[in-house]
Order: sequence, then C-alpha cells, then structure tokens
Amino acid sequence: MGPVESRAKRRLALLAVAAACLAGITGCGGGGDNSDQLVVSAAASLDTAFNDYVHAAGIDAKMSFAGSDELAAQIRQGVKPDVYAAANTSLPDQLHKEGLVGEPTVFATNTLVLAVPQDSQIDSLDDLTKPGTSIVMGDPTVPVGSYTREVLDHLPADQRKAIYDNVRSEEPDVSSISGKLTQGAADAGFVYITDVTASSGQLKAIQLPADLQPNVAYGAAVVTGAKNPDGARAFIEGLLSGDGATALKEAGFKPPPG
Amino acid sequence: MRRAAFAVGLFLALFLVLAFLTLPIVAIFVHTSPGDLISSLGEQDARDALWLSLKTSLAALAIIVIVGTPAAYLLATREFRGRSVVVTLIELPLVLPPAVAGIALLASFGPEGLFGSALDDAGIQLVLETAGVIVALTFVAAPFYLRQAQEAFAAVDRNLLDAARTLGASEARAFIRIAVPSAGQGIASGIALAWGRALGEFGATLMFAGSFPGITQTVPLAIFARFSDDFTAALALSGVLVIVSAALLLSVKVLGRSPILGGGAP
Repeated sequence: MGPVESRAKRRLALLAVAAACLAGITGCGGGGDNSDQLVVSAAASLDTAFNDYVHAAGIDAKMSFAGSDELAAQIRQGVKPDVYAAANTSLPDQLHKEGLVGEPTVFATNTLVLAVPQDSQIDSLDDLTKPGTSIVMGDPTVPVGSYTREVLDHLPADQRKAIYDNVRSEEPDVSSISGKLTQGAADAGFVYITDVTASSGQLKAIQLPADLQPNVAYGAAVVTGAKNPDGARAFIEGLLSGDGATALKEAGFKPPPG
Repeated sequence: MRRAAFAVGLFLALFLVLAFLTLPIVAIFVHTSPGDLISSLGEQDARDALWLSLKTSLAALAIIVIVGTPAAYLLATREFRGRSVVVTLIELPLVLPPAVAGIALLASFGPEGLFGSALDDAGIQLVLETAGVIVALTFVAAPFYLRQAQEAFAAVDRNLLDAARTLGASEARAFIRIAVPSAGQGIASGIALAWGRALGEFGATLMFAGSFPGITQTVPLAIFARFSDDFTAALALSGVLVIVSAALLLSVKVLGRSPILGGGAP
C-alpha cells in the first residue's frame, strides 16, 4: 500500500477514534479517567455557594445546576450523579423513599423574598396587585415556585387573584427568574435572598411578612449507585461544617435548624 | 475486494446514522400508547401550547418567506461587494446556541437592550409576550429558509430569466412568474426546515419570551414544564409534536413536488 493510502487510513482511524469519543463522551480525555471526580446535581440557587465551596476546598467536581425538580426527574430516569442537593426537603425525601438516594441531610435554610430591579418603585406585596405590573415566578414544580404559591395562597382572595393575574412567566429555575429581572424583562419576581446577594447589586430584596415566610430548607443526599460515594459523603459533611458551611454562609444561607 | 469493503463501509455508516437518528424517536412511541397521546390532548394547557406553537411558527414563517424570498433572490442573482460577508452574517444564527440567541435578543430588543427604549416609546412590548415568541422563532429559523431559497434561486436557469425579459417581462414579473416557480422545490424545503426549527425552538424563547401557558409557552416549553413532574405527559406531548412536525414537513415536501409550485420542472 502506498504512502497516500496509509495516510488516508490513519486519518480514517483518527476519525473512528473521534467518533468513538463522541459516542461515549466521558470515555476520552482527562475527565473520565479521574475516578475521584465528584458529580454534583444541585439546585440553581446553590450555584455561587457550591462553586465557592469546591474552589476553597480544592474538590474536583463536575456540577450541574438546574431546577431541583428537573434534577430529580433526571435521577428517576437513571442519571447517577454522586450528590443530589435540592432547594427543599420533599424531593430528596421522595427520592429516598423510592430508593434512589440515601438518607437526606438538611444542610441549609434560605429566605424567600420579593426581588425587584434596584431602581424599582415597588416596595411591598400590595404593589404587585397594580394592573400592568409584570411578575415572574417559578413554575409550580420547582421548589421556588411552590414556596411562592404557598405564600400567595395565604393572601386574601382578591389580592391573590390580582397578583396571579399579573404573572407573565413561570420559569423552570431560579436563575431564569433572576435573569428576567436583571434584564428588566419583568418588574418583580420571587426568588431567594441568596439570589439577590448573588446579583451583585442589580436586584434588591423586599422581605415578605414574617407570618407568610415559608420554611425553605435544603436537603442533600448521596445518590444510590454513585461512582464516588465516599467523596459524596465528604462533600455533604463539608456543607455542615467546614469550607461548604463557610461558602453557604457567605452566600447568605442560614445553617439548618437545631 | 477493496471496493466491496468500501461499499460495506458506506452501508454501515448509513445504518449508524439511521439508527442513531431514529431510535430516540421510536423510543417516544414505545413508551407512549396511542391512548396517552390522545389523553395528553385532553389537557387544556397542552392544547393551548399546540395552538400557540402553530400560530407563532406560522407568523414567523410568513415574515421569513415574505421578506426572505426577495432577499434570497437578490443574494442569488446579483454580485456585489461584500456579498459573501452579508451571506455569512445571515447564516450566523444557524450556528449560534439557542442560549446565545436568547441573550442576543434580550441585549437588542429587551427592555434594557439597544432598541429597548425605542420599542417602548413605540408602545411595543416583546418580552414575556406572544410577539416575543414570534421574534425569537423568526431569528432562529430565518437562516434555514434564506440558505435554501438562495441556493434554489442560484440554480434557476439564467436563460429562462433572460428569455422572459427578452419577451418583455419586467424584472419583477420574471421574479414572480419564472424564478419563484422554478425554485419551488428548494423554497419548499427551505420552508420545511425553517418551520421545523421554529416548532422546536426552546432556549431563545424561554430566555427572551418566558414561559406562560397560552401566552408564551410553546409545545417544547410545555414539554419541559412536564418533564419534572409527569414524564408520561412529557413523552405524550413530545409524540404529538413529532407527529405534527412530520405531517407539516411531509405536506410541504409533497406540495413542493406538485405542479402548483412548479416542482422544479418549468
């Protein structure tokens, strides 16, 4: 066989390798060989805190942030991260009952607030009832959306209706709500206090009346069948005391009760 | 011998392509009974989403075809300085990730965007409104149509156009009576591609227009909303979208071959 042909063959072989890599993306390159790498599926609101945590603690982690409900649905479909961290305790509890994750640990609490752009005139829930005010909230299945509905359901019927009538978008996760607000696409939205902190001054928080404040607790668990269960346990322990707890505190989270 | 091996290689490649591209779609229907498909349409939100998807994609398609056809004709038939730059710029959205498209639309037509205050002064509200969905669909789908239409016009026999002009047809008449029918098949496949892309649009719509049942929640967004709490419903709605898209694409392709649009043979 001539040199041209062998070059062509080599190129074909290279192509085949590339195709094989594509077929099993984790199979090639540095990331996949590293069995210590921790795969974390976490609520969108944990983005800043968890990134700071792995950075400070020097943990090699691959993190995916989305609505807790979507991540739970992925786990139900057979996706196996090492750690699952949700913005409520009911999703980890459900997954635990289904045998998909281990015993959940409550590692932080948060506060639901009304967020508005910095220059907004809105300063209370009452202002949300004005016709023409555009409000964004989480969709009913994502924790931030169900907390929001919990709050609104405690309002007098006419006020509740007026607010619901002004809802213009139901977003899949909290970062999507913050994005709409910082872009001025909406006048107000319900997010966590930590999201307002993370917006670096673009948003301001309006506290909800104390009797309406829902109990926002975060639960994390080791996923059953995790590739790196030891790393996962260490990661969750670090959220209770250590670099994780510090990062959570700096992001504006409160420690778990008790 | 070597030739046979090559042929086997080709078939193997085609088999892989076919299997990879069709298996996921087959899987939707394996998991979804016809009953699930029908009952998913019993849901008001699902019907709203389907209706909204049809409405917005048709509106986007109308804009794309009305403005895009003459633009593609110009690009295909005239040489001018900077033409290749224009073509590249027009094709750019083809390779943009939807998230980038969403951000770009916010940065241009959003309330804080470049044209935000101008639109506001004109009383036009796009974000979180149905009109915003149409803008997002038009942005992502237009290049698919432009590309196809341009290629189709470029392939039209120049002699035909010249003959028409020699016989006294005006430039505009030659465009409408000769060029468009001759390019019919390419135009039809451009419509099919653009329509398919518009029906499937997700990221740019979510970022720019938001997601609200009946207003901005198109079928892909409704599927996503169901994904987390009702996988069966998400599958069923996906199945409906597959069937609707396939029917639209098929009918456009058939129409493209029919004599109404010229079917390529003048």
